[in-house]
Amino acid sequence: MKKNLLILFIALLGFSTAAFAQSRNGLKINEVMVSNETNAIDEFGERVAWIELFNSTHAPLEISSVYITNDKNNPTKYPVPLFDVNTKIPKRQHVIFWADGKPSRGTFHLNFTLKAGEENWIGVYDADGKTLIDEVTIPANLGIDESYARSEDGKGEWEIRNDVGEKYITPSSNNVIRDINDKIEMFKTKDSHGFAMTLMAMGVVFSALIVLCLCFLLISKIGSAVARRNKRESIGNGVEIPGALADSGEEIAAIVMALHEHLDTHDKESMVLTINKVRRSYSPWSSKIYGLRRMPK
Amino acid sequence: MEQTFGEFLVSNLTEFWHFTGFYNATFPHFVMLAVGLFFIWLAIKKNFEPMLLVPIGFGILIGNIPFNTEAGLEIGIYEQGSVLNILYNGVSAGWYPPLIFLGIGAMTDFSALIANPKLMLIGAAAQFGIFGAYMVALAIGFAPDQAGAIAIIGGADGPTAIFLSSKLAPNLMGAIAVSAYSYMALVPVIQPPIMRLFTTKNERLIKMKPARAVSQNEKIIFPIVGLLLTCFVVPTGLPLLGMLFFGNLLRECGVTTRLAKTASNALTDIVTILLGMTVGASTQATTFLTKDTIFIFFLGFMAFIIASASGVLFVKFFNLFLRKDQKINPLIGNAGVSAVPMSARISNNLGLEYDPSNYLLMHAMGPNVAGVIGSAVAAGVLLGFLA
Repeated sequence: MKKNLLILFIALLGFSTAAFAQSRNGLKINEVMVSNETNAIDEFGERVAWIELFNSTHAPLEISSVYITNDKNNPTKYPVPLFDVNTKIPKRQHVIFWADGKPSRGTFHLNFTLKAGEENWIGVYDADGKTLIDEVTIPANLGIDESYARSEDGKGEWEIRNDVGEKYITPSSNNVIRDINDKIEMFKTKDSHGFAMTLMAMGVVFSALIVLCLCFLLISKIGSAVARRNKRESIGNGVEIPGALADSGEEIAAIVMALHEHLDTHDKESMVLTINKVRRSYSPWSSKIYGLRRMPK
Repeated sequence: MEQTFGEFLVSNLTEFWHFTGFYNATFPHFVMLAVGLFFIWLAIKKNFEPMLLVPIGFGILIGNIPFNTEAGLEIGIYEQGSVLNILYNGVSAGWYPPLIFLGIGAMTDFSALIANPKLMLIGAAAQFGIFGAYMVALAIGFAPDQAGAIAIIGGADGPTAIFLSSKLAPNLMGAIAVSAYSYMALVPVIQPPIMRLFTTKNERLIKMKPARAVSQNEKIIFPIVGLLLTCFVVPTGLPLLGMLFFGNLLRECGVTTRLAKTASNALTDIVTILLGMTVGASTQATTFLTKDTIFIFFLGFMAFIIASASGVLFVKFFNLFLRKDQKINPLIGNAGVSAVPMSARISNNLGLEYDPSNYLLMHAMGPNVAGVIGSAVAAGVLLGFLA
């Protein structure tokens, strides 16, 4: 019974872990345009409002069966269709949905439109139609050919973008266009000699191994204490510890001599038997059998 | 005008001639072929890390057979879809090294380290080689990410070097891998003079106390605690450390003997063959024979020297704080680099040279395996900072 319960528990644990792993929390609304007059064109050659979703995870994300809606009372307004290979968003990539109210045009055409000059709420719900993955309220003052976007892909503050200065409108592209690796540049300028890296990295390496070292000192102390206790208990129970007796060289030599006398079947021959006591604490640590392999010539 | 039969033969034979190695060979190809032959000679005649140098050496031969690269024959290691390219994916995507680490974990006995945990610090100290080389690489003019990838050679850990360079500087990976494995093979040549230079005769004669016996429970706890602690500190080291400790748990838990045997024998052998051969083949003359490669070999050599010296010097420093009966023989300091078990054997042999009854092998295995952990942690740190 206990075993069955354990198996059931493990199965439930595995199932819940798998379910957690498959959640689509990494899906983010990334950029939205409500009034599109000169911006992106859909595959039918039309300029309509668009919503950009971003896979903020580092793994492909399947978004079929999630819901996109502009109505809080109707969270399942537009279900992203199943069985479209394009609904699998690669890691850190984007996908555009056209808010043209024409779902018959394909997977990426929503069954609702966005209203210019008004606040537009947009929500993305998980396949259960209840779990809100992400939401945003587009301000009413968003102008023509302006987008409402996150300052960085998948995170950061929302801001109005109008293609002026660095406020690029970036449908199906990164909200921040990078041509350099910031980290590398920072190390180039702030740590051109590598001292800081050496200090930090060696600090981390030493910390990790010191923690491990302390941990095992503690474990070995506990182990020794447990071994001592077990030994005491064994003696208390009258259990003989093998090897506790007859471990002196003299006793072993005497036994060997006696056996030699008793079992001697050899011819008589002159012989001198010298028994020297040699104190050599044998240890497997110094054994030759641990030689691992031949040295190069 | 229609071709005659003779012209047809000649034109086809001419075309065939253009496909041959003789037609496409250049001087750099012959240089690399000579390097490959030299590696094979080192391995077979001098017995320098033959398990690595034979596959790498032969890989260099494979990778440097000249052919018409514009013909789209899909035979070169860098041509998408070629057999060699498919095999090379384990290197370029970085999944061979963790498999090798699984095998290392399954064949490594961490008892020496568990019995004397303070030896772990020697494994940490030897990582100075990495960061010393990092600083010099920056001074030479390499970018920080390239410098990090090159410097990891100082960890004396081929799989780690390949793993990190595949992430930080894929274009330098061939040179880094060959350099790392070459110096690992040359550990018996590089380390002893450094060990002699930084130690006195009295220090070389220090006899260390035999380590205590380690219980089965401790051996089982080690990989679990080791994984949790090191990877909580450096999650970027997870692919290497995770597989290393997993392999060790397979070995020590006592109920997965078959898996441990496979991981430490068949699997490691297979991956070593593929890794060595493809790394060798990746050193095509056109990409390998550059000024950067010379710098990388120089930096790798320097990294090895710094790593070995810092391990030895750290032990001397550490001894200042230890009781007389607990002193550590500085000859095991060199083993902080993770060339397992070669550098531990160097410690042992040098110890025996000065005192034929002073066996240091198992003591040196402590810092040696700590070096494996240390270099994986260092790689994780570099990856975290520079990726």
